[in-house]
Amino acid sequence: MDTDGDPVAGVLEHAYRDEWSAVVATLARRLGDLQAAEDAAAEAFAAAARVWARDGTPPNPGGWLMTTAWRKAVDQLRGKRAIAVDPQQFPDTGAASASDAPPVTVGGDDQLGLVFACCHPALALEVRVALTLRFVAGLTTRQIAAAFVLPEATLAQRLVRAKRKISESGIRFEVPGPDALAGRLDGVHAVVYLVFNEGYAASGGEQLIHADLCEEAIWLGRLLHRLLPEDTETAGLVALMLLHHSRAAARQDPDGGAVLLADQDRARWDAALIADGTAILDAAVARRRPGPYQIEAAIAALHAAADSFEATDWPQIAALYGTLARLSPSPVVEVNRAVAVGMADGPHAGLAILEPVLASGALTGYAPLHAAHADLLERAGLAAEASAAWARAERAMGNAALQRELHRRRAATAGSELGSRRGEPAVVRYKNFPTGVETSGLGP
Amino acid sequence: MKYALLIYSAPDTSERPYAEAREAWVDYARAVKEAGILLGAEQLAETDTATSVRVRGGQRLLTDGPFLETKEHLGGFFLIDVPDLDTALDWAARMPHAASGTAEVRAVRTGMAWQAVLG
Repeated sequence: MDTDGDPVAGVLEHAYRDEWSAVVATLARRLGDLQAAEDAAAEAFAAAARVWARDGTPPNPGGWLMTTAWRKAVDQLRGKRAIAVDPQQFPDTGAASASDAPPVTVGGDDQLGLVFACCHPALALEVRVALTLRFVAGLTTRQIAAAFVLPEATLAQRLVRAKRKISESGIRFEVPGPDALAGRLDGVHAVVYLVFNEGYAASGGEQLIHADLCEEAIWLGRLLHRLLPEDTETAGLVALMLLHHSRAAARQDPDGGAVLLADQDRARWDAALIADGTAILDAAVARRRPGPYQIEAAIAALHAAADSFEATDWPQIAALYGTLARLSPSPVVEVNRAVAVGMADGPHAGLAILEPVLASGALTGYAPLHAAHADLLERAGLAAEASAAWARAERAMGNAALQRELHRRRAATAGSELGSRRGEPAVVRYKNFPTGVETSGLGP
Repeated sequence: MKYALLIYSAPDTSERPYAEAREAWVDYARAVKEAGILLGAEQLAETDTATSVRVRGGQRLLTDGPFLETKEHLGGFFLIDVPDLDTALDWAARMPHAASGTAEVRAVRTGMAWQAVLG
């Protein structure tokens, strides 16, 4: 991701992102207004760019930024009040008591409160994503717009409206009470995973992987995990993202083409990410509160642990998909289960699971369904049917890199009398598609 | 904060007997009152009795019917005072028609110049 021109600003953007989010969080909670918090934080960072370049970085950058931002916020409030007709316009802002003393601590509660406000279910999903990337991850409007292939003005407008809705409709910068917490946390996870998925297999455009988006999502996940260390699904989500992302280098050939799981050079998988993800998952699983993200992470961990595609523990992966299907049933999970069962028990067993999904028509536009179908048909020796299914997959695929790979597969099937005679190992094409979030809704 | 909970529903979509719906609204009104959050509540006459007024070039133009022809009509509202949006959404979800129609939650603006006139 480019760092927007000015090198000092670029350094600040990245090196002090923790502080950006913490400063915005604390100010937002005190002021009840994300716009005012953003303005004050931005002024503090601009001041830092000037002062630090001149005097060097202070010993406690976070404290410096917090103090400076708070002073800017107080100045701002004083200015507004001077022209306000009616002081009652500021009834609830704790800051209206405008003491000059800056908030002493930058608590994790503030940051969590900010996360829950940005991911509030009263905001549209694409709005939650934009808010979270801007205010929690500290990306610039330009960076977010570029990542989602949107005009910058569109994204800026979306953020302005969202900030206004938060302050005017009374969305609070608070951690929800125990009754609402689990449900709201699901919503936060969905936002983080959506960002990851958009990076993992961009829903449109030429590039297969937007690694920076994956890294932003992992950064967000780690932040949540640090703030909510007891929550096993948060840990499961972080583990899942790390394990998927460990394959990034092997998933793309030098020309930007997609390399599927079976064909990947496993030596190029990132062993450190795998170790990290597996450790986080093991610690979560030991707490014995299973959930969908932990199960998906366990599946990813089994792939990561296998020396080769053929040596993968398919029966256990099939069993885990069975558990996942019971816990959070969805047609997408069924597609993945069909693939795993097809590997464990043969293509006909996989096709039997796929039949009802195909018949229901629920996923007609979902390329991985047709790719899985095509692969199972091919392995069952039904070359003509397989070729037609590859064509359906190709038509449904929005990502150009994956589309090229599907085209290659279709040509390969058509060129052989029987797909299964090619002497190639039986392969699962879309095993490595993350499940759970099907569409991003973030297209232009 | 003050919120308006606007009641939108399509006429005659509810399959519940009238008496049952009436009882549910009575219960809801009682709950709102007992929670001490009620500022006001009104039910509007049917939308097909509405008259819409516009003044254009000094001319008064009347339309026999509502401003917008929609499936779900504004049938009434509750005005409540609660701490935040989450609480307002909880009360909206409890409205008897929410299962078939829609409850639109709108925060109420305060501190406007015209409101100062009303005292």
